[in-house]
Amino acid sequence: MGAYLIRRLLLMLVTLFGMSVLIFVMLRLVPGNITDIIFDSAGFVNPAQKKKIERQLGLDQPIVTQYITWMGGLARGDLGYAYVSEKPAIEEILPRIPVTAKLAVLALVFSVLFGVPLGVMSAVRQNTALDYALRVVSLSGLSLPSFWLGLLILMAFVHWFGWIPIYKSDTGSFWHDLALLSIPAAAVGFRSSALVMRLTRSSMLEVMRQDYIRTARAKGASERAVNYDHALRNAVLPVVTIIGIEAAFLIGGLIVTETVFNIPGVARFLVEAIRWRDYPIVQNLVMFIAVVVVVTNFIVDMLYVVLDPRIKYEE
Amino acid sequence: MALKLALNCVAASVVLCLAAGPALAQKSGGTLRIYHRDNLPSGSIHEEATISTVQPFMGVFNNLVIYDQQKRLNSPDSIVPDLAESWAWDASQTKLTFKLRQSVKWHDGKPFTSKDVQCTWNKLTGKDPDDFRKNPRAIWWHNLKDVTVNGDYEVTFNLNRPQASLLSLFASGYTPVYPCHVSTKDMRTNPIGTGPFKFVEFKRGESVKFARNSDYWKKGQPYLDGIEWKVIENRSTRILAFVAAEFDMTFNADVTVPLLKDVTSQAPKAICELVPTYVSTNLIINPKSAPFNDPKIRKAMALTLDRQAYIDILSGGKDNISGVMLPPPEGLWGMPPEELSKLPGYAADVEKSRAQAREIMQSLGYSEAKPLKVKVSTRNIAIYRDPAVILIDQLKKIFIEGELEVIDTSIWHAKVTRGEYSVGLNLTGVGVDDPDVNLYENYSCDSERNLTQYCNKDVDALIDKQSQETDVAKRKQLVWEVERRLAEDLARPIISYARAATCWHPHVKGFVLHANSIYNNWRFEDLWLDK
Repeated sequence: MGAYLIRRLLLMLVTLFGMSVLIFVMLRLVPGNITDIIFDSAGFVNPAQKKKIERQLGLDQPIVTQYITWMGGLARGDLGYAYVSEKPAIEEILPRIPVTAKLAVLALVFSVLFGVPLGVMSAVRQNTALDYALRVVSLSGLSLPSFWLGLLILMAFVHWFGWIPIYKSDTGSFWHDLALLSIPAAAVGFRSSALVMRLTRSSMLEVMRQDYIRTARAKGASERAVNYDHALRNAVLPVVTIIGIEAAFLIGGLIVTETVFNIPGVARFLVEAIRWRDYPIVQNLVMFIAVVVVVTNFIVDMLYVVLDPRIKYEE
Repeated sequence: MALKLALNCVAASVVLCLAAGPALAQKSGGTLRIYHRDNLPSGSIHEEATISTVQPFMGVFNNLVIYDQQKRLNSPDSIVPDLAESWAWDASQTKLTFKLRQSVKWHDGKPFTSKDVQCTWNKLTGKDPDDFRKNPRAIWWHNLKDVTVNGDYEVTFNLNRPQASLLSLFASGYTPVYPCHVSTKDMRTNPIGTGPFKFVEFKRGESVKFARNSDYWKKGQPYLDGIEWKVIENRSTRILAFVAAEFDMTFNADVTVPLLKDVTSQAPKAICELVPTYVSTNLIINPKSAPFNDPKIRKAMALTLDRQAYIDILSGGKDNISGVMLPPPEGLWGMPPEELSKLPGYAADVEKSRAQAREIMQSLGYSEAKPLKVKVSTRNIAIYRDPAVILIDQLKKIFIEGELEVIDTSIWHAKVTRGEYSVGLNLTGVGVDDPDVNLYENYSCDSERNLTQYCNKDVDALIDKQSQETDVAKRKQLVWEVERRLAEDLARPIISYARAATCWHPHVKGFVLHANSIYNNWRFEDLWLDK
């Protein structure tokens, strides 16, 4: 296990290094840079001034030098300065992470709380009216784009309550924040829970045909014990995998939801930073998301061992 | 008799009280909540050319003079004192001297003096070592020789030649006075002014906050405790939020004609005014790119434009057909329709013009079977793309087969400046309804914002001539002459001037939306909330 862990950690480092090179190069392949954007809001371009700004920002340096400068800064914990706000990048990135994290956790909780039990119910009552109804719900969850659902929710609130549940950053109340975030979390979680529900159902159906389920029933175990202790425990592995993938996605992929509900989170900020070619923000934010994805995958792999004792990572 | 006199006195007092009613009714306090449509580039008005910066930050500053915030039309007659208490021209009309207000303080407590005025214009004319990172309106001050000070409270602007519009330039929201002691970098991120509101914080992509300047030199003003701008990039969300009264006011001109119906039906008490934005939709043709270096093709393109079709499709007929200057009734300098119709491409009978255009194209060897293929470039924003699609349709009528090329918005100006386009569809905003601003900025040989790099020395001379003319009627004739020359040269043909609405709830009082510029009425010092 120890050797496996070391191997995994090394692999994680290699993955992160690869990501850093990829994002660094890709950003610079996109046409235009921050100086174009700076001049765009002035409606003209002054080539001499543009060069001067490029020099000030170090954009005239060879790409390898720029990469080494970034990596050196990262190793020292210095993320550099955001081009647009001219503030330290860390000051721009840090406040947005808890916002997205709260939203992601709430959406995940929503998807697991609804997805797993409803998936089990759907499998256990296969081909009944309840199963059909739940399958329709899960299909609509997968089919409805979250931005559309989000807008519908906003319109409904305005129409019926004369109030709009968009994010307010300075409420000062944890519970109020949570209540406000729970609405977009439900919009996002609806899609995730549909995914979890469908996967749980198909996984459960497969497991429930196994001999040991029949054995459990023959032993006289209650239906609840058969379904949740015997079947779900074995059916849950692919569900855990998908929850892991969703968790990683939710950190950086909530662009549309954050935009519709006006949540100042990581994903919306990342897209905006890409639009502004704000390299220090984009590079560091993508690296942060990469770390989250890699660590989440690692945690999911470790969870397999906990959930299924047959899985061993030792050679 | 005494009783009658007493009764008269009482009656007079009542009348006086009633007359003074509106002034007494102004309530202090409250925070104005407005949404912002996008992430503003910086807080430095002098470095930007966008309403995204001017609207939130104008209240931080004062100008030397300003357009009366309570009058709907900006005109030389509506210019009132601001940091300057009075001003006078010398006999040669080349020296303009301002007497400055005393006891005015910057938000950091330092005194405002004539040095600050000198510094600001030294930066604008590139004479200060700490000059602006970008200076989009440098051309406004091309006639300014230097600025001299006489003591702490007198400043003189020395011109190379008379310039009738100079005061209009000073009165724009784009022309605040900056402090000498704050660097241009700090002015982008933490601006200091003398205005009614102090900058508090800017959370990128989230909000901008301003607080009341309790030391403001206009005693008793501003009435608001503060202004909070919340950035909401999604238009549906922000309009819904306004309808739900989450905001007191919309962003300027954010409510398009189709959206206006929604807003007025969902928030029937909201006050919405549809006014010209002074943003033109225009055709840009690269005269250096063959075959568009041939004036005949450019003329044919101008003749195919059906401006009425554009405005019918894009704004339900609300936008204005126009030449270079904003048309009347709001525009002070635009040509009346009867003059406009005499310009090439403005004839009412579009089919007749198109027949003429087809003849030109056929004489150049193009036909339905052998069309001229061209990429029509435009910026990847809906307000650019939509008219570009109509343009492609209209070009097809004269054997020009256009293919839409959408350019990433971040590199649009860079590409156009480098001449990397043949035909394009562009939008141009004008800061002040004034010929100097519009003509120098967009059509003079020396302007950096002359995107198409159109250059005609005769037209430049005419622009200079109108600039010096102090008689308004004579000047108007000269401006129209410039219009005619620009139309003949097909220098960036204007298709239309847009109209859009700004809305606010009835409890917002003391606000007047200006009708011939979107850039000059955001001081917010007269505004109060009746809540």
